[in-house]
Amino acid sequence: MLFDIEINNQPVSAKRGETIKNVLDRIGINVPTLCYLNGFTPTGGCRMCVVEVDGATELVPSCSHPVTEWMKIRTHSPRVLKARKVLVELLLASHHDDCLYCDRNGMCGLQNLAAEMDIRERKYHGKRQHIQVDRACQSIVRDPAKCVLCGRCIRVCDEVMGVSAIDVIGRGCDSKIGTTYNKGLNINTCVKCGQCIMVCPTGALSEKSQLQSVLEALNNPEVYPVIQFSPAVPASVGEDLNIKASKDILNLLRAALKKMGFRQVFDLSMAADLTIMEEAAEFVERMKNRDKLPMLTSCCPSWVKFLETGYPDMLPKLSGCASPQQMMGRLIKNNITSAAGQKAENIFVVSVMPCTAKKYEADTDRMKDGTTRMVDAVITTRELIKLIRMLGIDFSSLEPEAGATHFGIRSSAGNLFGISGGHLEGLLRSISFLMSGQELSSLKISELRGLKGRKEARIKIGKVIFNVAAVSGLANARVLMEEIKTGRDDFSIIEVMACPNGCINGGGQKLNSDEKNIRSRMKAIYDVDEEEIIRVAHKNPAIVDLYERFLAKPGSDRSKELLYVNRTKTAAE
Amino acid sequence: MGSVTSNDTREFLVEKILKNYSNIFDKATSERLALIRRHKVEQPVLYIGTGTCGLIAGADKTLEAVKNYLSQRNLQAEIVRVGCLGLCSAEPLLDVQMPGKARVSFHKATEDKVEGLLNSVFHHSLDPEAVLGQMTHESQEEWPNIPVVSQLPYFSMQQRIILQNAGIISPYLIDDYIANGGYKSLYKTVLNYTSDKVCELVDQSELRGRGGGGYPTGKKWQVTLNTGSDQKYLICNADESDPGAFMNRAIIEGDPHRVLEGIAIASYAIGANNAYIYLRSDYTQSLAILEYAINQAKQYGFLGNNIFGSGFNLNIFIRQGAGAFVCGEETAMIASIEGRRGMPQAKPPYPAEKGLFGHPTIVNNVETLANIPTIIEHGPLWFKSVGTRESKGTKIFSLAGKSTHTGFIEIPMGITIAEIVHSIAGGVKNGKRLKAIQLGGPSGVCIPASNTETAIGYETLQDIDASIGLGGLIILDEDTCMVNLAKYFMGFLQKESCGKCIPCREGTRRMLQILDEVTRRPKEESSHETLERFKGVVELESLARVIRDTSLCGLGQNAPNPVLSSLKWFRDEFEEHIFDRKCQAGMCHDLRTFFIDASVCNGCNICLRKCPEGAIIGSVKMPHFIIESKCTGCGLCFDSCKFNAIYYK
Repeated sequence: MLFDIEINNQPVSAKRGETIKNVLDRIGINVPTLCYLNGFTPTGGCRMCVVEVDGATELVPSCSHPVTEWMKIRTHSPRVLKARKVLVELLLASHHDDCLYCDRNGMCGLQNLAAEMDIRERKYHGKRQHIQVDRACQSIVRDPAKCVLCGRCIRVCDEVMGVSAIDVIGRGCDSKIGTTYNKGLNINTCVKCGQCIMVCPTGALSEKSQLQSVLEALNNPEVYPVIQFSPAVPASVGEDLNIKASKDILNLLRAALKKMGFRQVFDLSMAADLTIMEEAAEFVERMKNRDKLPMLTSCCPSWVKFLETGYPDMLPKLSGCASPQQMMGRLIKNNITSAAGQKAENIFVVSVMPCTAKKYEADTDRMKDGTTRMVDAVITTRELIKLIRMLGIDFSSLEPEAGATHFGIRSSAGNLFGISGGHLEGLLRSISFLMSGQELSSLKISELRGLKGRKEARIKIGKVIFNVAAVSGLANARVLMEEIKTGRDDFSIIEVMACPNGCINGGGQKLNSDEKNIRSRMKAIYDVDEEEIIRVAHKNPAIVDLYERFLAKPGSDRSKELLYVNRTKTAAE
Repeated sequence: MGSVTSNDTREFLVEKILKNYSNIFDKATSERLALIRRHKVEQPVLYIGTGTCGLIAGADKTLEAVKNYLSQRNLQAEIVRVGCLGLCSAEPLLDVQMPGKARVSFHKATEDKVEGLLNSVFHHSLDPEAVLGQMTHESQEEWPNIPVVSQLPYFSMQQRIILQNAGIISPYLIDDYIANGGYKSLYKTVLNYTSDKVCELVDQSELRGRGGGGYPTGKKWQVTLNTGSDQKYLICNADESDPGAFMNRAIIEGDPHRVLEGIAIASYAIGANNAYIYLRSDYTQSLAILEYAINQAKQYGFLGNNIFGSGFNLNIFIRQGAGAFVCGEETAMIASIEGRRGMPQAKPPYPAEKGLFGHPTIVNNVETLANIPTIIEHGPLWFKSVGTRESKGTKIFSLAGKSTHTGFIEIPMGITIAEIVHSIAGGVKNGKRLKAIQLGGPSGVCIPASNTETAIGYETLQDIDASIGLGGLIILDEDTCMVNLAKYFMGFLQKESCGKCIPCREGTRRMLQILDEVTRRPKEESSHETLERFKGVVELESLARVIRDTSLCGLGQNAPNPVLSSLKWFRDEFEEHIFDRKCQAGMCHDLRTFFIDASVCNGCNICLRKCPEGAIIGSVKMPHFIIESKCTGCGLCFDSCKFNAIYYK
C-alpha cells in the first residue's frame, strides 16, 4: 500500500513495511551508517543513521524504523548533524589514531565518517585501549582496539556462515568482540573464511599478510619463486586496477606476475581440471559400491573445517581429493620444477587466492610432506593488488602473455571452480563422459547458475537421474547437513563453497564488493566458458598428457599418493 | 517450610471459600475459616519475618533461638515464617499471637532478646520499648497501652492493596492466600470472562505499567491479544536491579501467590499458555519461594492443564538473569531468555507484536501483575477510586538513605513526596537537613528539598522532569555531595551499558570521565589540563543531550538524567567543585583542604611524620601548619591526629 510521507519538506511516496532508510536509498538521500548491512536484519546499534521525525521525542534510526503515514522526516537538520558528529567524536575519543600504519588507511569507514563530519580535532580525550592483537590464526588478524563494535562481523559469522565464532563479550565500555573464552581465533570454531573482514568498516579485522615473505623470495637468488592463481582472481583483479574483466586480463596477469619475478606462472584452473578427473573417478567408484553418498566436495578449506568441527560423522562422505591448491603445489614441488632442473627445497610456491582460508589450509599438516610445505605463501587478491602497486607494475603497458608452459592449458570447466555451482557443473560434464561415454546434451546447467544460496538440479546421465545440489554460505550448508542427518538421502553430489556465491566473493577479494561486482565476476567466468574451445576437463590436453606420462589413470596409486588427502589425521589443527 | 495441608482443608478452601464469590459464609464455615486465617488460635503462634531483609538482620538466628526456647520449656506453639512487613529498619520482627489475644509485634528481635521477649509475652507483661505494635482483630482481646501497627505513622498513611498480605501470611502456605481471598479472581476470570473482557477491565482500570515505562497495561494487552499468532508469551519482569530498590523482592517473598495469580490472569487475557518469570539471580530466597509456590499452585490445579475445568492451560517457567542491569529492558530480557546475550533490540517492532521467539509477548513488572487480582476482584471502578485523576491505584516505593525509617511502603498515588519523607519515613535521621530526594533508580533524577510538595503521579512528576521509575526513593541529607552522587550513578550506568550503541557505551564513559575530573584534584594543574577540564564541563550538557537523543534503549536515553537534574537544581555545587575546587559535603575526598586548629594542636609531631608530601611544618610542642599548595588532600594527617586538631573545608 502506498502512502505519502514528507522528507526534508518534499513529499515522497512510501510503501507500508519499508524502513525510512529504504525510502531514503530509493530517492537518493545518503545517511551515514556503520552497522547497517544490506540484506540483514537491522540492529540499530551504531545510531549514525538517526533522523529527526516530527512527534518523536528522540531521534530515530532510519535503518530499523518503519515509515508510517504522514511521517515528517528531516535527515540533515542541525540536531541530526550535531548528534552524528558527536557520535563519531565519541568513537574517536579512545581510538588509536594510527591511521598511517593501518591496513585500512584510505578505505576505512571510520576515517570516512570523520572526514564527512569535518572533524578537525580530538574533542574527547579518552584513554587509548590496550587490547592485545590476536595474531594466533593463520588467516585473520584481529585488532579489537580498532573495533567500533558495529557487530557486522558477528552477524555475517552467524547469519551467513552459521558459525558464530565471535560475539560481544564484556560490559559497557569494556565490551569487545571476542572468541570462545577470549582465546585466539585459531582454536575455536572459526572457519577462516574472512567474510568478517569483508564487512568490517575499520582495520579491526584483516588478513594475515604474507607479502613480506613473498618479497623476500622474489629477491633471493637462491630461491626459485613460482606462482599459481585461482580462477576467481583474473575475474576480479581488474576492478581495483580499473581494467574490465575479460579473457585478456588472464594473459595480462600472467605477464604482470612474470614481470614481478616469478619464474613460472600456473593457472589453478588446470589443477581444477585434475580435481574433476579424480573426483569423477571417485564418484563412479562410490556409485558402484553405493557407499559414502552423497559425495561432498572438498575444495573449500572453510567448508572442510566446518565439517570437521560441526559434523565429524559426515567426514567420510567428503571427497578424498585434495583441493586444487594442494594438488598443484604438490605437482610443482614433485614433478614440474624438477623438469626445469630445480630441487624441491629451493622452490617457493606462492598462491594467489580470493580466500583467507587458503592461508590456513597451506599451513595444515595435510599440506605438508614432513616439514616441507607444498605451498609456501598464500596471498589474497587484495595483497596481490598491493604487490602490483608496490612493484610498480603498470598493466596498461604490459604485453599479454599466453599460457606458454604445458601446465598453462586449462579447460573452461576448471575455470568454473570460482563460482558456486561451477565446480559441480564442470564435474558433471566429466562424470557423464566417464559413466556413459557421452558428453552431456547441454554443457551449461542453468539450474546451477545464479545468485541463490542453494541450487539443486536433476541431471540425467545415461539412464540414471542424479540429484545434485550446490550450496554457498555455510549457514545454508548447515541446513542441508541437518536435512541429511534427519534422513534426506536423494542427493548424489553436494558441492559446498563457504562464501556466498563462491570464491568470486571470497574473504580475500576487494573490500566493499557489492552485488554488481559479484555479477560482473560471474559474467567474466561464464563468458570464458562460452568462448573457450576446451570446455571439459577430460579433453584438456595437458591433463591427458599428465595421465599418460605420470599418473597413469584417475584413481591410480600414483594419483592417490599425490592428489589425495588422508583425512584421518586432519581432524584437529 | 509450610506444613502439609490435608486434602480435607484443601477441598474446604477451594469449594467453600474460593468458589464462593458472595463472601457470605455460614457459621460453621466462618469458624473454620477463622482458624485457618489464624483469627482464632488454639496455641501460641510465633511469626518470624524471614524475608531477605530479615535474614540479613539475623532472623534465622532468632528463629533458632525461638525453637530452642520452645523445646527447652516443652511449649507447644506454631511457628510461621512470613515475609517482610515493610519496615526493614525494624527487622528482625518477631510476632507473637497468644490464644484470644491480639498479635503483637516485637521489633529488632535479635537472638539475644528472644528469651526476654517471649518471657514477657507468655507472662502477659510487655515492655513497650520492645514492641512495635499490635495487629488487632474484633475477635481478639487487645493488649493495653500498645499502639496498633496500622495506626503507626509509618503505616497509617499507606494504603496496602498489593501488600495486604505481606508480612502477615506465610508465603509458603497457599492455604493462607486462599483463605484471604486468593485465586478467586483467577477462578472468576477463566470461567466468566473472555480474554477481550479481561483486557477491557484492565484498560478501564487505567492501570499503568509499574516497571518505569508507565504504559497503559490494558492497551498493551489488547495489542498482543489482537496480534494473530499460534503462540504468545507473558514475561513477568522480576529483574529488579536498581540499587536501593527491593519492592519486587518484597512482593514475591511476602505474597508469591498474588504474583502467580496475576500472571495467570494476564496470560489468559492475552492468550498465552506459557509464562516466564525473569528473576534476578541473587534473589535466591525469592527463587525458592516461587518454585515452591508454583508447585503448590499446580497441585491445587491453579496452574497446568485445564485450569478450573475451563480448558485454559498455563505453564510458568522461571529464568534467572545473570545480573545485568540492561536485562530489565524488555527486548534485552527477551534475548536473555532466548539464550542470547542480553542486548536490547531496536523498537519497533514492539514485543507486544513480535517478542520472545518471534511471537507476541507481554512483559509486565511484578508489581503491575500483582495489581491484577485486585482489579478483577473489586472491579475497575473501585481501582480507579484510588489515586489521582491521572494516576490510578497505589505505588510501592522502597525507602532508602538517610531517613529515620527505611523499608518499603505502598501509598495511594497523589501523596506528596514531603509526606512520604516526613510523615512516613520519619524525617531525616540525626536531625540533619533534607537536601534532595533521588527518585527512579540510577537513571532517575534528584528532586531538591524545595520541590518535595510535588504529588506522586505520572504527570505531576513529569512536570518537574522526574519519573516514578521502578519506585526507588533515596533520601539525601545535607552531607551528600550531588556531584559525587551523579558520578556514582554515572559509574553504575556506564558499567552496566550493554555496549551495543555508541552514545551509551562511549558517551557515558566520557561523562563519567568529566565528572571524575571535576571531583579530583589535578596532579599538576598544567594549563592544558585545566583547559581540557573546563571544556569538558561545557561539553557535559551537550553530550548529555546527544546521548538522550540517540541511544537505543531506555538505559541510554535516561543515563544522563542524574547529571542533568543535578546540574539543573544544584548547579552552584558543580561550579564550586570546578572553580573553587571545594566540596562542601566533604564527600569528594580529593578536594578536601586540611587545616590545623592552632588552638588545639599541641605539636605532637605525628601528622608531620605521617604526611607523605612534606606539606606539614612545625616544631615539637608548637602548633603545626599545613602548606596548602603542597597538600594533596590524602587525609592521613586527619586520620592520625589524636586531638582532633585537624579539620577540613
